[in-house]
Amino acid sequence: MFANTLLMCLREIRRNLLRSGLTVLGIIIGVAAVIVIVTLGAGTTKQVQEEIGKMGSNMLVLSPGGERRMGGAATTSAPFELADLTAIRREVNTLSGATPVNMRPMQVIVGNENRRVNIMGTDNDFSTVRNWKVTEGRLFMPSEMKSGKAVCIIGETIKKDMFAGQTPLGATLRIGKVTCNVIGVLEPKGQAMFGGDQDEIIAVPIAMFQRRLSGKTSVDSIYISANSEDEIVEAKAEVEKLMKERRNIGEDGQVDFNVRDMKEVSNMVQSTTGVLTGFLSAIAAVSLLVGGIGIMNIMLVSVTERTREIGIRMAIGATEREVLLQFLVEAAMLSAFGGLAGITLGLLGAAGLAPVLNVPFTLQFSTVFTAFAFSAMVGVVFGYMPARRAARLDPIEALRHE
Amino acid sequence: MTTQPLSSTAGPPCDISNMSYAGPVVAFDNVYKIYGKGESEVRALDGVTLQINAGDFVAVMGPSGSGKSTCMNILGCLDVPTSGRHLFKGVNVSDLDRDQRALLRRHFLGFVFQGFNLLARTTALENLELPLIYRRIDKKTRREMAMEALRVVGLTGREHHTPSELSGGQQQRVAIARAIVTQPSLLLADEPTGNLDSARSHEIMELLTKFNREQGLTVVLVTHEEDIAAFAHRRIEFRDGKILRQTDTRKPR
Repeated sequence: MFANTLLMCLREIRRNLLRSGLTVLGIIIGVAAVIVIVTLGAGTTKQVQEEIGKMGSNMLVLSPGGERRMGGAATTSAPFELADLTAIRREVNTLSGATPVNMRPMQVIVGNENRRVNIMGTDNDFSTVRNWKVTEGRLFMPSEMKSGKAVCIIGETIKKDMFAGQTPLGATLRIGKVTCNVIGVLEPKGQAMFGGDQDEIIAVPIAMFQRRLSGKTSVDSIYISANSEDEIVEAKAEVEKLMKERRNIGEDGQVDFNVRDMKEVSNMVQSTTGVLTGFLSAIAAVSLLVGGIGIMNIMLVSVTERTREIGIRMAIGATEREVLLQFLVEAAMLSAFGGLAGITLGLLGAAGLAPVLNVPFTLQFSTVFTAFAFSAMVGVVFGYMPARRAARLDPIEALRHE
Repeated sequence: MTTQPLSSTAGPPCDISNMSYAGPVVAFDNVYKIYGKGESEVRALDGVTLQINAGDFVAVMGPSGSGKSTCMNILGCLDVPTSGRHLFKGVNVSDLDRDQRALLRRHFLGFVFQGFNLLARTTALENLELPLIYRRIDKKTRREMAMEALRVVGLTGREHHTPSELSGGQQQRVAIARAIVTQPSLLLADEPTGNLDSARSHEIMELLTKFNREQGLTVVLVTHEEDIAAFAHRRIEFRDGKILRQTDTRKPR
């Protein structure tokens, strides 16, 4: 009997193909939107996690400012000094490395090539802390560090774009007014969390950065790596304690620096993505709701149109339940078809958008399944009222209906 | 006979399918059908008592508003009396709920309407299979029964035609085939020739007469036309919700 009902409904849908298609358009759009949003959201999350994995999940970032959120307004709290770095290296023994990082975008010139590049003033520890190897050439020599010699290690993108992929070792480039010898090339890291290119970077000795580029002796931030992920909490506490002592902050004093671990950063990004995904999904859900109402509307029209048919079926001996089931299955089938079409469209859309938005495309079967189940459910929920109306018809009236 | 309510949604109601039942197929015992209340009260049926026996061929006649349609609705278990008893094979139909009456129709009644009432855009074969589907008859048997019924009404070769591709007479034959394919205990025909010319009308009546004579099918038909009523063996005339007279019209053949 159920197989017959399914066949009957299929035939009915085929009979009004155009109308059926227009009816489920809302469902198609809703489901497609949900699929695109959720798939891209999941891709972003995955990317962020990979990113953090690359950076090293046992990394801490010490930066000035109070309880500052990422992207929040910069504060005027005192910067760090190289002495702070020395103290951290000396006092905290749960660390495998600590490195100063001063960042500033500056104009870089190589021959005819001219572009703004992030210049990073640092020392050799950045290689350990950020898990970033030199693939060609070498790191800084102690003498270069001490004297602040104009040497630099360039990122992969700089090599590719400004040196046409040729080995840049021994060549020179100009950072602002300073001419620099290229001594090494960093391994490629790829896209950063927020879309920037991590390989578009030039590392110089911190002393050179301070003396010849910024003209200040401050250190903007200190990247620290704990011995292992397990020791990260301990390391964080030790660094905080040490910095409080060095900055003379008492028990209840206002803390004017912060130590963030990558998990926090990752959580922050994920919660941002989550809020956004949720928000967009809510909009998509409204579309599904509208789609459901569309189905209800058409099913009501269909019941009115087919009143006579319902009367015939009842005279022949269809029970209320059988009539109800027939219309309910039809509505569910209609919206399930819409769901399938929406899933196909959504996956195609997500696959097409992913490379444009620089997000990996990840197929999630749970999402696909949920979307399908939800669309079928929309059909049942919104098909129920018209189906019940059909089932409750008086056969005598229905047979008389023109 | 005890009247246990029909319960199963799938199988035939057991107490009605009792083969030993030998009484009349239908008995009306002082049946009233009253619409409205007080001043505006309309007595569609005003104390009707009648009996239809197995193998009967009854013509119900009367002007419009005489109560014959109401009578047919009650006979067809589409409606229940306001008071009085409507016994179908000894079962009081008033005791049955909507679904039980649907099951009773499914298993024991066949309907033929003036407007044919076939499912539009559905082939003759599919129309015939519909009552069999509700009876949960398997696909193969269903197909065989439907083809046989089409053969009996002389429509072999038209099984894949939809109603719009058939003439009025042919459509009514499909409707009759649909009504008899389940071998009902009672066939109700509401002005079956009302939309047909006289030649087609006679063909349809001959078909019904054949089923009545050869298979002992009990037929109740409503008509306005004398020549159509003449095919029946008995005539019941309604006037103002009451039976005016019943006449035996069986002709010696």
